[in-house]
Amino acid sequence: MPLDNAPESKRKFNVVGTRPLRPDGIDKVTGRARFGADASAPGQLVGRILRSPHAHAIIKKIDTSKAEKLAGVKAVITRDDFPDHTGGSGGLYDTLCNVMAREKAFYEGHAVAAVAATSASIARAALKLIKVDYEVLPHVTDVDEAMKPNAPLLHKDMFTDGVDPKPKKPSNVARRFEFGHGDVEEGFKKADIIVERSFKTEAAHQGYIEPHAALASMGPDGSAELWCCTQGHYMVRDVCSQLLGIDIARLRVTQSEIGGGFGGKTTVFIEPVALALARKANRPVKVVMTREEVFKASGPTASTSIDIKIGVTKDGMITAADGTFRYQGGPFQGCSPAEFGGMSAFAQFHLDNVRAVAYDVVANRPKTISYRAPGAPMANFAVESVIEELAHKLGMAPIDFRIKNAAREGTKSSYGPTYGPIGLGATLEAAKNHPHFKAPLGPNQGRGMAAGFWFNFGGQSCVTLNIPIDGSITVSVGSPDIGGSRASMCMMVAEELGIGYDQVRAIIADTSSLGYNDVTDGSRTTFATGMACILAARDAMKKLCARAAATWGIPEDAVTWEKGYAKPAGANAGNFAPLSLKEIAAASPGTGGPIAGHHEYSADGAGVSFATHICDVEIDPETGRSQIVRYTVIQDAGKAVHPSYVEGQFQGGAVQGIGWALNEEYIYGKDGRLQNAGFLDYRIPVCSDLPMIDTQILEIPNPGHPYGVRGVGETSIVPPLAAIANAVADATGVRFTQIPLSPPRVLKGIEEAKKAGGKKAA
Amino acid sequence: MARVVLWGSLKPHTGGKLEVDIEARNVGELLARLGETYPGLQNQIKRGVSVSIDGLIYREGWLEPLRPDSEVFLLPRMTGG
Repeated sequence: MPLDNAPESKRKFNVVGTRPLRPDGIDKVTGRARFGADASAPGQLVGRILRSPHAHAIIKKIDTSKAEKLAGVKAVITRDDFPDHTGGSGGLYDTLCNVMAREKAFYEGHAVAAVAATSASIARAALKLIKVDYEVLPHVTDVDEAMKPNAPLLHKDMFTDGVDPKPKKPSNVARRFEFGHGDVEEGFKKADIIVERSFKTEAAHQGYIEPHAALASMGPDGSAELWCCTQGHYMVRDVCSQLLGIDIARLRVTQSEIGGGFGGKTTVFIEPVALALARKANRPVKVVMTREEVFKASGPTASTSIDIKIGVTKDGMITAADGTFRYQGGPFQGCSPAEFGGMSAFAQFHLDNVRAVAYDVVANRPKTISYRAPGAPMANFAVESVIEELAHKLGMAPIDFRIKNAAREGTKSSYGPTYGPIGLGATLEAAKNHPHFKAPLGPNQGRGMAAGFWFNFGGQSCVTLNIPIDGSITVSVGSPDIGGSRASMCMMVAEELGIGYDQVRAIIADTSSLGYNDVTDGSRTTFATGMACILAARDAMKKLCARAAATWGIPEDAVTWEKGYAKPAGANAGNFAPLSLKEIAAASPGTGGPIAGHHEYSADGAGVSFATHICDVEIDPETGRSQIVRYTVIQDAGKAVHPSYVEGQFQGGAVQGIGWALNEEYIYGKDGRLQNAGFLDYRIPVCSDLPMIDTQILEIPNPGHPYGVRGVGETSIVPPLAAIANAVADATGVRFTQIPLSPPRVLKGIEEAKKAGGKKAA
Repeated sequence: MARVVLWGSLKPHTGGKLEVDIEARNVGELLARLGETYPGLQNQIKRGVSVSIDGLIYREGWLEPLRPDSEVFLLPRMTGG
């Protein structure tokens, strides 16, 4: 339930809002930080995975006999080592099928067997000795092709859910969603101008620098330990335990430092394999993905095909908005974020008539997984491109068109609920008044903008706060720190206790040390785990006051806490010199033993988030290359606990969006194999590609948090695709409807427009 | 009695209705009775849903109370990156 505590918007903060040094900085720049692949154990073996070379094939037989006989091989596992403990259906069963293929290999790179050996060279040699008898099947990788009636079928028992009447034939369309209100047909009748366009986006990988890595051990008694890089080690523990059929309490998972996740490490890939190998070999096993494996076998985000139709009156009021969103999510249902594409697409507008129909489609590609604001950037690209085009047709400044139609408090959102206080209007007004918006453009340059939305959520968190005898504080949290949360946790605890930031240290505790913590995703950690930290600090504060009361011999409620000291609440409580936290801690062995605060919590009330981005791009007319020359992010953070980290989230999301918009894409050959599974051919932006990303933090307090905090980690990736496409359209006069806007595509568009004698869509 | 608005593609499971009235004091009762009244919804509820009450989205919150005048929407289970 939400914390019954309105934001203290007039509160003067001492620690929150400052910019102390990050606690993990020295370890990371000196190499002391231990990432996934940095762990080792006595007698450890090397684990390697054999992967399908085919995009779609029946696995008729797997012969591991020669591999097992190779000297140095200690275990070989296949589907036979993963008996189904899931009941044979549902998301957990799909996870089982993904970590080790069963009847079929559904994509190139799908795991079909694994070995544990005494060296990497022996493990590689053993993989070559495993003989897999495949019956190769026709495949499909494109979302539109996968939806056709004659497309190769991945699952014979997949009948589209959400269609009435239920289809009689199976298809690759797993689910249909519909959101909206009003009557779009009637709305379009009232429109003076209608723009209707179709868009496509390619799959982009989260592109974290650190590949997946796991070190597993399992004793003969069934107790197991796992060290891995993940956004949610409690999730890893629960899923692995269920897949392997062991008690959850018998598996202890420790989260390593993480070299990026961005949503891509919110599920399991190699962790159950490492555990199964360790169980069979009775030795610790370390599995580390290669970059090629990361691309081929750990989820990118969905590829999409989207149709958008929006109508407006001559004076710039939107009368109706309609969209069809087709999201390809890999081979299993429920993996594409189609529903969130449909729900978020029009969320930034006040609309009387809106409809979004979304399809979750399966295809012969890796199982997709979340990527920052899953599903929203692609939908936003399509919608905000049409919005910009409509503004030009109206002869209105795009910013004014957006402000005129912006969602506000009391707006019935396009996905249903009515908005409370939201910050969209403030971000649009701030954009309009930003110096960037008025700066002159150079030759071959264009400017674009877009506004975006994301939901945010809270979730389960459990925090323990220990106060040793010197009065320093350790905060144990179970939320992996993927974006600076250790600093913000320490700051909130320091703020509550009225002490300095340097007095507090946060650690990420293993799964046996705390109650369950949800995955670090959904921009939830600073919001939800932060609230658990605040409440754990208040719990500790109460105990500190009790110790002071006992020392003074007065009632507990006669003691108050102020700026790091316990004090008598008033003159009637007695005349005692204040006791500092350090003094109370030093006396704790004699006043009742150790002092700790604790709180477990399921937080809701996260509050939705909006951002507006402005982008200037320069196009080389000879090569079609796009250079981002200026970029500004304006976003509501509710309250920025550590503004530098908030700015970092804004900048990181923008940069990942820039990469997705300009260069990043999964390229498949006709054989269904990925052609660019490496950073040389899959081009993410590097520093020399980018300007300094400018940021402006707005602070419109979230009523669901005592400090007014909103999550900030995801919204910043939503507007860049559209902002950049709009800037490229401004620079070239060509409306591009497909990303990435790679140099060949842009050059082709420019040349075709020249031939056509003016503006066109490409 | 709470009036719950479903998302459009759940209509086949409720006899074509997008808004249904359910006697429930809180989210947990709401989900249980939705599934009892409309068995076709059970799969979706089992797969995961969120509930929006007066504009705030609850992903867990089974004990969250419902008032007769609350604006309640059933939504897909929120995930994030």
